[in-house]
Amino acid sequence: MLRILTQVLRTGIVTEPPPATDDAALEALGLELRRAIDARFGRSLALRHVDAGSCNGCELEIHALANPYYDLERFGVGFVASPRHADALLVTGPVSRHMETALRRTWRAMPSPKFVIAAGQCACDGGEFGVSYASCGAVENVLPVDVKIPGCPPAPDELIRGLLAALRVPA
Amino acid sequence: MSRSIGLSEFEARLQEAGIALGDDRRIASVRTRSIAASDWGPAAAVAMTFGCRWAGMWAEADHAHMRLYCVLDYAGDPLLLSAEAPLAAPEFTSQTPHFPAADRMERHARDLFGVIFVDHPDPRRWTRHCAWPEHWHPLHPAQAGDPPTPGRTPADVDYPFAAVHGNGVFEIPVGPVHAGIIEPGHFRFHAAGEPVLKLEERLGYVHTGIERLAVGRDPAGLARLAARVSGDSAVAHAWAACQAMERAAGIEAPPRALALRGLLAERERVANHLGDIGAICNDVGFAFAHVQTARLRERWQRRNRECFGHRLLMDTLVPGGVARDLPADAAEILRADHAALRREVEPLFDIIDDHPPLDDRLVGTGVLSQDNARALGCTGYLGKASGCGFDLRRDAPYAPYDALEVPLVTDGEGDTAARVRVRMAEVRASLDLMDQLLDATPSGETIAPLPVPPPDAAGLGRVEGWRGETLAWVRFDDEGRIARYFPRDPSWFYWPALERLILGEIVPDFPVCNKSVNGSYSGVDL
Repeated sequence: MLRILTQVLRTGIVTEPPPATDDAALEALGLELRRAIDARFGRSLALRHVDAGSCNGCELEIHALANPYYDLERFGVGFVASPRHADALLVTGPVSRHMETALRRTWRAMPSPKFVIAAGQCACDGGEFGVSYASCGAVENVLPVDVKIPGCPPAPDELIRGLLAALRVPA
Repeated sequence: MSRSIGLSEFEARLQEAGIALGDDRRIASVRTRSIAASDWGPAAAVAMTFGCRWAGMWAEADHAHMRLYCVLDYAGDPLLLSAEAPLAAPEFTSQTPHFPAADRMERHARDLFGVIFVDHPDPRRWTRHCAWPEHWHPLHPAQAGDPPTPGRTPADVDYPFAAVHGNGVFEIPVGPVHAGIIEPGHFRFHAAGEPVLKLEERLGYVHTGIERLAVGRDPAGLARLAARVSGDSAVAHAWAACQAMERAAGIEAPPRALALRGLLAERERVANHLGDIGAICNDVGFAFAHVQTARLRERWQRRNRECFGHRLLMDTLVPGGVARDLPADAAEILRADHAALRREVEPLFDIIDDHPPLDDRLVGTGVLSQDNARALGCTGYLGKASGCGFDLRRDAPYAPYDALEVPLVTDGEGDTAARVRVRMAEVRASLDLMDQLLDATPSGETIAPLPVPPPDAAGLGRVEGWRGETLAWVRFDDEGRIARYFPRDPSWFYWPALERLILGEIVPDFPVCNKSVNGSYSGVDL
């Protein structure tokens, strides 16, 4: 226990904007996101993520949103395990034909109002995989998409910006 | 016994068993023997008895023939076996009865090419769900167009899972959409009370048609696609594909490019191991370790973007070399990073290695016996944690590793704790390797032009990715474009291992067992 406390104290709080991006910018972004969420969904935004055919690159960056540098939850954005608890569906990957029905069913299970956010190049326009015998391509070929976050994969700060844009979309 | 003598003796055994060996002269850079299609299975039986590791198979077809290739490894030395049958009757005897790991790759070839495996024990489809009909094969040369029935793809509801009968036995279907931010796949558990009696995996949900997308691409386009076979192995797959293309074209990347590729591969290894160590701890409720390693991983990825242009190192490798040279002051920055990470992980790994509540959950959980690891041909951290120390960087070194001392990392316990320990040891080892690479980075070019390879040229790429031995098979057409690409991710051997190591464990321990194995879905669904 002592070792853990020592490590925690030694580490301190690292939650801060990335050195590569502008300090004030990320902070402002987070606050704006916070305000938008307050206005639209009360106090929080619950996301359900579905990988519909991704290479797993986007998932790694979505995971990074939870690390102490971004700590997405402090802005009231969290990931939920059930689509029934979700306000928005975050979809990554081109939609593989084998995931098409699972994706539709996940979306149908969500209560309204609901958003669909296409995250990553493949979700936005099919990316490297496009439309083929195995792939439906972009998410919008399968579901109505409200917001697209391009990038291969989008970096965590780009994901935060995209989530903000999602909240600006009129319901 | 030196290696080549080992393979020569293996060939003698094949001949003793009545298997005629021919030369397949079209393939440069790897020892290749052709055999009859009916000898495909019997050759595997000899290989199994001789102690070869079965390292993968794939099909290839032209307008008249169906050809199969398989890689057999003996002490780091690869032998490529090939066999040919007429396209109209593509029948081969199955290798699955002798090497269990061949099961899914043979079924994959059956679904995608229409290869017929005589005496294959499992007639069920694997990669095919319901997006195309049974008798249409996306990689069969006579079926280049779209499948007969496009439109909405129904769910794959009637896949015949094996049943387990008995009093109190029940099924738990899980997936394809899981309750977290992970890739999709279906797990069918049979349990009686809490212990798992049987786990059957059903993958293929993220089949995006990579092998068909590769056809007709130029070399740069293939490298880009290879980096997206499995997003966590961008360097491993891109390197294997580039190596295959370079071998087919008869060139080698310049020494400086190879040193930088080594650096990139080790950076990928460190990032993934840090993420995995934390995620395993998190799956048993030890959030402290997860937050700490996520912090270190984030800093590492930011440096990736700064020095190499991409947080996950995608598109840093190109045919003939690397996309860009190291920035001028980067070597110093990276050296300081390595020292800092070494300092940071010591107290952290010390806690993870010896923290009683963590030990309670990880020690003895999900044991993969050495026999199982060997039978399935597991490499990487999964094999190493079960006593199979094979590592291409050490056992069949390629540049730049041929000039480095890659330490042997193994553990005999085979449990989840061992898989954590192996990852920690590999992080330390990679830090040392990266320092050595920086100290001895040759000067000179970082890219050599890739000449147009001779018509029909083929090459096999083989690198040690962070998950283990990663293969790539590339064949060119007459115009220097890609005619065939098959990436063989180590996960082909990881998934069957998970089905074995979960037996007898309780259902609630499945997430941590799965995380400790961490097979790639996209890497095998292709």
